[in-house]
Amino acid sequence: MMTLNVNGMARQVDSEPDTPLLYVLRNELALNGAKFGCGLGQCGACTVLLDGAPVFSCLVPISVLQERRVTTLEGLGTPQEPAPLQRAFIEEQAAQCGYCIAGMMLRAHALLEINRDPDDAEIRRQLQPNLCRCGTHMRIVRAVQRAARLMRSPADDGAAKN
Amino acid sequence: MRAGAIIGGVLALAVVLGATGTLLVAVLWPPAIALAPPGQAAFDAARIVRGAQLASIGNCNVCHTRRDGRPYAGGRPIATPFGTVYSSNITPDPETGIGGWSEAAFVRAMREGVSRDGHHLYPAFPYDHMTKMRDADIRAVYAFVMTRRPMRGSMPPNALAFPFNHRPLVAVWKLLFLDRGALKQDPGRGAEWNEGAYLVEGLGHCGACHTPRNALGAERTKEAFAGGSSDGWVAPALDAASPTPVPWDAEGLYRYLRGNAQSLHGVAAGPMAPVASNLADVPDADLRAIATYAASLAGIPRHERQVDAERALAQGRGSAGSRDETSDGAAIYAGACAQCHGGAGREPLIPALDLALSSVLRLPRPDNALHILRQGIAPVDDAAGPFMPPFAGVLTGAQTIALLDYVRSHFAGRPSWAGLAQAVRAGQKDRIEANGRIGNARRQP
Repeated sequence: MMTLNVNGMARQVDSEPDTPLLYVLRNELALNGAKFGCGLGQCGACTVLLDGAPVFSCLVPISVLQERRVTTLEGLGTPQEPAPLQRAFIEEQAAQCGYCIAGMMLRAHALLEINRDPDDAEIRRQLQPNLCRCGTHMRIVRAVQRAARLMRSPADDGAAKN
Repeated sequence: MRAGAIIGGVLALAVVLGATGTLLVAVLWPPAIALAPPGQAAFDAARIVRGAQLASIGNCNVCHTRRDGRPYAGGRPIATPFGTVYSSNITPDPETGIGGWSEAAFVRAMREGVSRDGHHLYPAFPYDHMTKMRDADIRAVYAFVMTRRPMRGSMPPNALAFPFNHRPLVAVWKLLFLDRGALKQDPGRGAEWNEGAYLVEGLGHCGACHTPRNALGAERTKEAFAGGSSDGWVAPALDAASPTPVPWDAEGLYRYLRGNAQSLHGVAAGPMAPVASNLADVPDADLRAIATYAASLAGIPRHERQVDAERALAQGRGSAGSRDETSDGAAIYAGACAQCHGGAGREPLIPALDLALSSVLRLPRPDNALHILRQGIAPVDDAAGPFMPPFAGVLTGAQTIALLDYVRSHFAGRPSWAGLAQAVRAGQKDRIEANGRIGNARRQP
């Protein structure tokens, strides 16, 4: 039995200490935002935040977590009250199949937490480890820009202003 | 009328004086003639192409690429134990580059380490190796650099400690350490080996990193290829002390230098990654020669080495990370490493290096293992190629130590590295950088 700090809540889990966090999130905690893509830390679909920094959860055994804060897509917002990033991704229709999007949002979130006004090059550099096979990259970059505007002034509807 | 004549006279005088003045200025201060680099038409295409290949073998771009990514525009800081020197702009820009250099000036710089204007160049520029190059090869490199796009870019002044900031002292260094003249051929060896020796000892300047240096920064030639350092990484020994469990052969080294993954050795990483990236496109004959010579440096493996190699091959991934092992390090290996490196009762999903065959785990220092664990491995310039994700930000300092102790003991049968805790602490300040952005080993252009 181990206690993890997930989305601000203490969660008891039974998995073995060498189990990667991704499997615990999905199979034990029913947090299905993070996706299994490659299981090898190569695609980014499983990206979550660990103390605010993006990590590939498929390669993070839960034994290393201790008290550290895990943030998943579910920790950003809800369908009723989507976070700025979630709202922006919907408004820009940035998802095609959507499989990579949770990872994209979390890695983008880490950037926006330290830089509310990134340029396109910074967004591209940040999201470089995350793969999208559908090719919605241009919309993803626009969505992150829109989210940045929303986070700078929440009243803004994010309309063209760049 | 009279007034008009006076005005006319004054004007005429002014014109005469003006003209004389202009003439005088032209005599006393003749105008400069703009430097005119020879340009593309001055060289035949085959020579430029050969120059490009030789520049790749010489890894000129590694030091001479500007930090903003402009190739050969120089100004890149090179850290030395004596302070920082800045690489030269070797594009044909007449003012900030070498556009005004004749071929003779270029040949002298490569052979003697002297700039066109006569000042001594610091041996951070490895002219102690370039001096062994054949004339035709230096001239080909000249043709290549002189036909690059001229780019403006000056160098900041070097920041060297006294007395090394006095360039004339370099003359003394050269008296002591610059061994001019062509490399002696070894008639007992084949043409390929001799050509490899020429490329490795000369242009390739492999010893610049792989040979230890003395207190004055010169290579200790009696300990050639006994191992050195580069950019905070260990440059492993290539001689009989090579740490690789399975000795290199020419074929394996050839594939490694092309930047390919293979089953018996790791892939080029750290400062070696751009080297392999450069060598990926050089002609086969050159790279075969380099591999043949470099593989021969370790000599014929002693019996014990062969036994050791067989043991490492037989051990394989085996039981690594199994739940019989209760250490923290074993659990981390099982959850973070076994997916690719194997063990923990499963076949790896991709054939990453079997760590029983890792030379990094058998190095005398932990630096390379730490760098690879923290930064991962990524192909240069986002090219396709072997990739390992970075673990900076995933493992705490204590977990990093537990994992490295475990893999070193399990796969290499060696005790914990001396100085590991210190090296981990020193690296931890970099974690702040990694926060919010997982870095990778990609070369900063």
